[in-house]
This record gives sequence, structure tokens and C-alpha cells, in this order.
Amino acid sequence: MADVTVGVVVFPGSNCDHDTEHAVASFDGVRPLMLWHNEHDLQGVKAIILPGGFSYGDYLRAGSIARFSPIMQEVIEFARKGFPVLGICNGFQVLLESKLLEGALSRNRDKKFLCTQTTIKAVNCSTIFTSLYSEGQVLRIPIAHGEGNYFAPAEVIESLEEHEQIVFRYCDAEGNVSDGSNPNGSVKNIAGIINRQGNVLGLMPHPERASEKLLGSDDGRSLLASLFRHIAGV
Amino acid sequence: MPYTAKIKVTLRQSILDVQGKAVEHALKNLGYQSVESARIGKYIEVTINEEDPVQAERIGNEICQKLLSNPVMENYSLELEKVN
Repeated sequence: MADVTVGVVVFPGSNCDHDTEHAVASFDGVRPLMLWHNEHDLQGVKAIILPGGFSYGDYLRAGSIARFSPIMQEVIEFARKGFPVLGICNGFQVLLESKLLEGALSRNRDKKFLCTQTTIKAVNCSTIFTSLYSEGQVLRIPIAHGEGNYFAPAEVIESLEEHEQIVFRYCDAEGNVSDGSNPNGSVKNIAGIINRQGNVLGLMPHPERASEKLLGSDDGRSLLASLFRHIAGV
Repeated sequence: MPYTAKIKVTLRQSILDVQGKAVEHALKNLGYQSVESARIGKYIEVTINEEDPVQAERIGNEICQKLLSNPVMENYSLELEKVN
């Protein structure tokens, strides 16, 4: 059987695109396909990953200009049809600006750009992105962002909780979700959310940077593995 | 005659403005005890080549809502000025 292709979108300023490509390519039966921001054709990919970086230099607001790039019009359509879309870090920011996910990401609470190992808790393992994790599992996955402070109005947070759309929360090594284990000030320690339909996931931590033991952790690998099992049965 | 849209984008009051807070602390450290708060926003000038001010204002509001501000966390204000 031919490999299933997974699109990795490359914006000017993306810088985790090749890490993501490398991580995708390490799975048998799956092949990454790099998609330039000016393209209109998704070339039959079965899922899309929006990688981390600083698309368009983060000008205006992170993700705001990428949202209007030609490829994003196709990605938005692709997501609306129910195909899986994963946004990592800057990719999460692009998904929020595209309104495929609700809320916004503002400057980290302590003003600093944070590039560090974090622990997050998988709190919803019934999604296509998390089926290989166990409920409450604590994962070591790094973050690298200046604007990762998740915010949404109270009624949106309520709705996210009600529909189990919060997928990852920042926690300490023992899995306690507290203000002390919140690196950036995100409401309710939110590190990642999914849309109501369950096909669009955005998260600030970088699973591709935690996809091999050599990198210090391979806890992020199961996220990609869950997705690929869903689309290709591999 | 084109118009210049003078646009100010600011964080909503409910959003913590970390840059503004840092500046506020710096001003207090300088001895300005009467300084109560500081908030930082963006100022954007857009030239809109329209004769009709109503049309220019419509476009100004549309670009603010679509791209220049994010209504989830920001407010904007728009002022039109005729370019001579």
C-alpha cells in the first residue's frame, strides 16, 4: 500500500517545519509533504500540520497574517470538511486567528520568551490525537514561545470544559495542575484544545521536539502516532 | 482625495498587559508616585484611496475587525483624516 501523505505547511518564518518533517518521516507508512504558503493545492494529503516558528515574523500578532495566506484558505476548507489539522505553537496561534479554534494567545504572564521543558497532562484521551495516551498521563514535552498565554472569555472556557475540548493542561511532574505549574499564565493551565468536531487540535508544547529518546523525551511521539493510526491505520 | 485612517489597537481591560505593567513599575521607580497605570498598544496609519468618507470609514472598520485587531483580546479606535 502506498504511503499516506501528511502536509506540513511552510510559512516564511516557520522554523519547526523540518523538525516536524523529520518526526513524521520516522513513521512507517507515512510520508511528509511540505506545502509552501503560496500554494492552493493540498495534493491529496490526509492530514495537515501547521508547525512552530514565527510566520511572517509574528508581525501585527502571532499567526494573524498567516491566516490570510493562500494555503490557509485551503486548510480552513479542509478542516471544515472534517480532515485532521494539528497546530503546534505558532500553528496553534494560526488556528486561533483562523477561528478554527476559539480564544487567543497573548504575551506570557512574566513577559519572558520561554524555551524550556514542561510537563503537561493529557486530560482527554478520546480524541484522534490522543488515543494512545492514557487519561491523566503526564508528558514531558518542551515549550518555546513568547505568546502562549491562552485566553478566552469565561463563557467560552465553560463551553470548552463542558464539551471536553481541553486536551492538555500544564502540570507539575506529579501531575498536579496548579498556578505554580503554569508557565505562561494560561487560563486554567490550558496547553492545548480541540474543536467541537474533534478534528482540529492546537497546542503550545512541541510534540515533534519530544519524539525520540535522543531528544530527552519521546512523550510527544504518541500524539503523532495516534493521528497516523487514525488516518492510515499504521 | 485619500483619507488617512489613524488606528489605535489596545488590549482589553480584562487582559493583563505585561508590557504596560513593566513600564508602570519603571515609572514608579523613577519617582513618579502619581502614575497609576500604563497600558501599551499599537498605532497604525493606513491610507485609503476613497473619495467618499463613509466608504473610507466602512473600509477602515472592516480592516480593523478582519486583520488589524483581534476582538477576542483587543479593542480598536479609528479616526479618519483627509489627506491634502
